[in-house]
Amino acid sequence: MNYLENRKYVIQGIFLLIGTVFALRLFYIQVVDSSYKQAAETNAIKTVIQYPFRGLIYDRNGKLLVQNTPVYDLMVVPKEAKLTDTLRLCRLLNLPLEDVRERFKKARAFSYVQPSAFYQKLSTQEFAHIQDNLIDFPGFYIDARTARGYPQASLAHALGYIAEISPKQLENPAYNGYRPGDYIGKSGIELEYEKYLMGSRGVKYKMVNVRGIEKGSFKDGAYDTLSVAGQNLTSSIDLDLQAYGEFLMNGAKGSVVAIEPATGEILAYVSAPFYDPSLFTGKDYGKNYMALLTDPDKTLFNRPIMASSNPPGSIFKLAQALVALEDGTITPETGFPCNQSLIRCAHGHPAPSNLALAIKYSCNPYFYQVFRAEVNQGRSRNTYKDTSLGLAHWREQILSFGFGGKLGVDLPNEKKGIIASPAMYDGVYGQNRWKFSTIYSLSIGQGELGVTPLQMANFMAIMANRGHYVTPHMIKSIGNSGHPLPQYEEQHHTTIDKKYFEPVIQGMADVVASGTGRNADLRKLGIEVCGKTGTAENPQGKDHAVFVAFAPRDNPKIAIAVYVENAGFGAQSAAPIAGLMIEKYLTDSVSRKPMEKWVLSRKYLEVE
Amino acid sequence: MGVEPKVLGGRIVTPQSRRTSNSMLMNMDWVTVLLYFLLVGLGWMNIYAAVYSPDNVVNILSFDINSGKQLVWIGASLLLILVLLVVDYKVYEHLAYPIYGTIILLLLVTLVIAKPIAGSRSWLDLGGGIRLQPAELAKFATALAASKFLGSISLRQQNFKDQMKLAAITLLPPAIIILQNETGSALVFAAFVLAYFREGMSPLILIVGGTAAAIFILTLLVPKLYLIIGITLLMALATWLDYRLLRRFKTMIVLWVAVVSMIFSVDYFVNKILQPHQQNRIKALINPEADPLGYGWNVTQSKIAIGSGGFWGKGFLEGTQTKFDFVPEQSTDFIFCTIGEEHGWLGSTILISIFMLLLIRIVFIAERQKSVFGRTYGYCVASIIFFHFLVNVGMTIGLAPVVGIPLPFFSYGGSSLWSFTILLFILIAIDANRSQELVR
Repeated sequence: MNYLENRKYVIQGIFLLIGTVFALRLFYIQVVDSSYKQAAETNAIKTVIQYPFRGLIYDRNGKLLVQNTPVYDLMVVPKEAKLTDTLRLCRLLNLPLEDVRERFKKARAFSYVQPSAFYQKLSTQEFAHIQDNLIDFPGFYIDARTARGYPQASLAHALGYIAEISPKQLENPAYNGYRPGDYIGKSGIELEYEKYLMGSRGVKYKMVNVRGIEKGSFKDGAYDTLSVAGQNLTSSIDLDLQAYGEFLMNGAKGSVVAIEPATGEILAYVSAPFYDPSLFTGKDYGKNYMALLTDPDKTLFNRPIMASSNPPGSIFKLAQALVALEDGTITPETGFPCNQSLIRCAHGHPAPSNLALAIKYSCNPYFYQVFRAEVNQGRSRNTYKDTSLGLAHWREQILSFGFGGKLGVDLPNEKKGIIASPAMYDGVYGQNRWKFSTIYSLSIGQGELGVTPLQMANFMAIMANRGHYVTPHMIKSIGNSGHPLPQYEEQHHTTIDKKYFEPVIQGMADVVASGTGRNADLRKLGIEVCGKTGTAENPQGKDHAVFVAFAPRDNPKIAIAVYVENAGFGAQSAAPIAGLMIEKYLTDSVSRKPMEKWVLSRKYLEVE
Repeated sequence: MGVEPKVLGGRIVTPQSRRTSNSMLMNMDWVTVLLYFLLVGLGWMNIYAAVYSPDNVVNILSFDINSGKQLVWIGASLLLILVLLVVDYKVYEHLAYPIYGTIILLLLVTLVIAKPIAGSRSWLDLGGGIRLQPAELAKFATALAASKFLGSISLRQQNFKDQMKLAAITLLPPAIIILQNETGSALVFAAFVLAYFREGMSPLILIVGGTAAAIFILTLLVPKLYLIIGITLLMALATWLDYRLLRRFKTMIVLWVAVVSMIFSVDYFVNKILQPHQQNRIKALINPEADPLGYGWNVTQSKIAIGSGGFWGKGFLEGTQTKFDFVPEQSTDFIFCTIGEEHGWLGSTILISIFMLLLIRIVFIAERQKSVFGRTYGYCVASIIFFHFLVNVGMTIGLAPVVGIPLPFFSYGGSSLWSFTILLFILIAIDANRSQELVR
C-alpha cells in the first residue's frame, strides 16, 4: 500500500504544477505584456475630443473676416453597419461602388467598434439629403464640426488657411499635443497666430459597451478636460478699403499696401491676382490648391511681402534725398543741372534749382549727382576705397528705413529685399575694382536694389511720421487685450533728423499737385496728398508701375504703396489706384467715378 | 456502559462521543469549510461585479440581477449542507448505487423530455422557472458509485472484468451527457483517472493519455513532417542512450506507427468528426488572432480583460471589459476574467492559491480516510474540482480550449453551486465520522 500512497505526491504535484503555470501565464499577460491594456482601452474607452472653437478674426471696425461654419462628416461604426443596400449608399454619396467598399474596408481596419469618418466635409445640401435617408443605414451617423468660413471672399493671402496637420509637422516636437487629423494654420495669420487662435482641446473619456453604446464617463470624468475656445483677433484691416482695393486690382497683377502711419497698422493688403479663401476649406481643397499653385499668374505668390527682387525705381530718390540731407552733402536749396550726358532723363523739364523741384520732376541727373556727392565724400584719396566707404555709410542709413531686411510683419515668409553693399560689389568685381560709375544706377532706384511693396508702404509711413515707423502688422488686438504683440508697439527711428523731411515732403506734395502724380490729386476734396511715382525696370518684360503716397500732408492718416506689374509708368496706373484708395479711406466714398472707370478699364496695361 | 475505549489511529475515541452533534462539529474539517465559504463569498462579489453597470446601478441583493439570485442559491446551499451533515454518513456508501441508478435514470429522462436550450437537451424544467441540470449531479453520484465499487475490489489485482465494470460506471454518465449535447460536462469525467491512479491504476494510462494530448496539440501547431522527424529522432536517441530498447525493436516500430498514424488522423478528427463549433474552439486555442471577431472573440476578449488588469487590478467594480459585454458569459463560465481585470495578477494568484490550498487539503483529507471508499471519494472530489479549475481558468487565459464548464463555487448558477456543495460536503461528512470507520 505504501508505494501507492506515494502517488499522492504525484497528484499534488500535478495540481501545483498547473497552479504555477497559470500564475506564470497570468504574470505574462497581466504584467509583462502591455498590449492587452491598450486593447482594453481601444475596446471600452472612447475618447471624445472636444474641439475648441477656433478664434475668429475681425477687421478694425468689428466686421467678421473669418468665422467658423458647421461642416458635416458621415461617420460609421462598422460593427453596427449593415451594408444591405450598398447601391443606395453609392447613389446618396454619389460615389462608385468600389469606392464605398474601399471606405468601408478602411473604417473596419481602423476599428470594428469605434466610429471613423466614412465621408468628410459634406456640404449643407448633401447633409440635408443624406440625413433624411440615414435612418435606413444603421451604424452611420452625421458628426458636425466646424470649418473656417469667410463672410467676405477677401484678404486670402494675409488670412492664410488651415488644413490637417502634416505627418512631418506631427514629428516635429514643436507641434507636441497635436494629433493626426487636427487642423492647424498653414499660412498667413492662421499660421502666425496659431497658438492664440487654436485654443485648447478638451477630451472626454466615455466608457462604451461592446456595441459602442456609451455607458457613462470613465472614472466619473476625473481625466476629462474642457475645451477652451481660441482667442479672437482684431485685424487692423479696414474691410471696406480692402474690398475696394481688390475691386480696383481685380484683373491686374501687383500689390496694394496701406498703413496707418502712427501705429503701423496695415489697413489694406492686396496681392493680385487673389483668390477666394473658401477654396481651401471644402473637400476640394487639394484640387483647388494644386490649381492655384501651378497657374501662370502665380496667384499664391504673396506679393506684398515676397516680391522682393524688384527695384523700387524713382521712389527711391526720396530716400537718396533724405540721406544726402542728413549727411550735409546737399541742402534743400542745392541745384544740379539736368545733365543728360550723365544719365538719361525722360521727363523733359526745366533744370531743378532746388531739391523739391528735382523730386517733382523726378530728375535722374540730379539724383545721379546727389548720390555721387553722397558716396564720394573724400574719405579716402583712392576713389575705389572712397566709393566703398561711402556706400557702406550710405547703406547703413538706408537700412534704417527698414529696407534690405525683414520688417518683421506678422505674416510668414516675408522676404528681405536687397540693398547693394560694398561686399556685394567686391564679390562681383573684386576689392577696389569698382567705383561710382559702376553703381550709379542705385541713385535712381535701379540696379542692385530689391524692395517689397510692404517696405515701400512702410517707407511712406516713415515719411508721414517724419522719421520713424512702427513695424507694420495685421493684428491690432489679441483677444480683448486691445494690444497687438509687444513688438508692434515700439517705434523705430531712422538715422535722418526730423527737420530734413519737410523739404522732401514739399517735393512729394508738388508731385501730386502738379507733377507726375496728378492722378492722385485730391485737393478738390481738401486733402493734400504727398506722393511719388516710379517705374521699376523689368528686364523680363514691360516695366512695373509704382506709386507711393501718404495723406493728408499734416497729421497723416494713411500711407500707401501701389505696385502694378507690367503697367508701364506709375503715373498712369498706380497713382490713380492710390488716389482712389486714399479717397475711399479718408472720405468713406469715391467721388471720382471716371478715374475709377479708367482704372478698371486696364487700358494702361496696353500703353506702350 | 462498560464499553472499553478503543485506540484508533493513536487517538482515544469513546463511544459516548460518537453520536453527539458536538463531536460532529468538532471533527468537521474547518479548513475546508472555510475555504468553501471564502470561494462562495468571493464568487458572489465577482458575480455582482460582472453584471454591474455604472450607468444603472442595481443593489447587489436585487433579485433582478445574478448576484441577487446567487444569494438565493447560496442560502439553499446552506440548507443542503445542513441536510448532508445531519444525514447518517453511512448512507452515502450504502446508497451509492441507488443514487447512481437514480441519476442515470434522471439523465435518460432528461434526454427524452428536455426541450433543447441552445442545442443542449440537458435541462430539466421543474416548473416555477426552476430548472435543474442532472449532468451536474451525475458527478457526485458517479464519484460515490465508483468509490463504492473500488472499495469492494482491488484494482491492483488487474482483474480485467472489474476494470471493465469500473470503466462502465465511469463512462455511462458522460455517454448520456454527450447525447444531451453537453460535451463540456462529459469531459469532466476524464478527471476520474487521477483518483483511479491513486488506487493503483497503471501510470501508463496517464502517460499515454498525456502523450496523446501533447501529440494532438503539437500536430495542430507544428507541420506534420517536422513532428514525425522529431519523434523519430527522439526514439532513436532513446535507443542510443539505452541499447536494451533494441531488444524491443518490434514494440518500438509499433509505437512509431501508432504515433505517425495518430498524427495523420488528427486532421480527419478535427475536420470530420468534431462539430463546426468544436473545430472553432480548437482553432481559437491555437491562433485566436486569425479571426478575432469570429471564433477568436471569446478568447481574445477574455485575454484582453485579464491582461488589462495589470499587477494590482483596476479595483472592485472598476473593470471595463467584463462589464459592457466585451467578455461573453461574464458571470458564469468567464467569471475568472472579472478577477483578472479588477484584482489583477495579485488577486488572480490569490484565487489560484485558494484553489491549490483547497485541493491539497482535500487530498490530505482523502489520505486520512481509513476506508478505500472514503479515500477514493476524496480523490474523486479533488480530481473533479481540479479538472474544472484547469479547463475553466485555462480557457480564459488561452491555455485550454473554450469548454463551457463553470469555475467551482465561483461561477453563477444554482445547479453548479449545489452540485459542488454536495460533492464537497459529502466528503466533509464522511471525514467528520472517519473515527468510526475501521481499517479494512
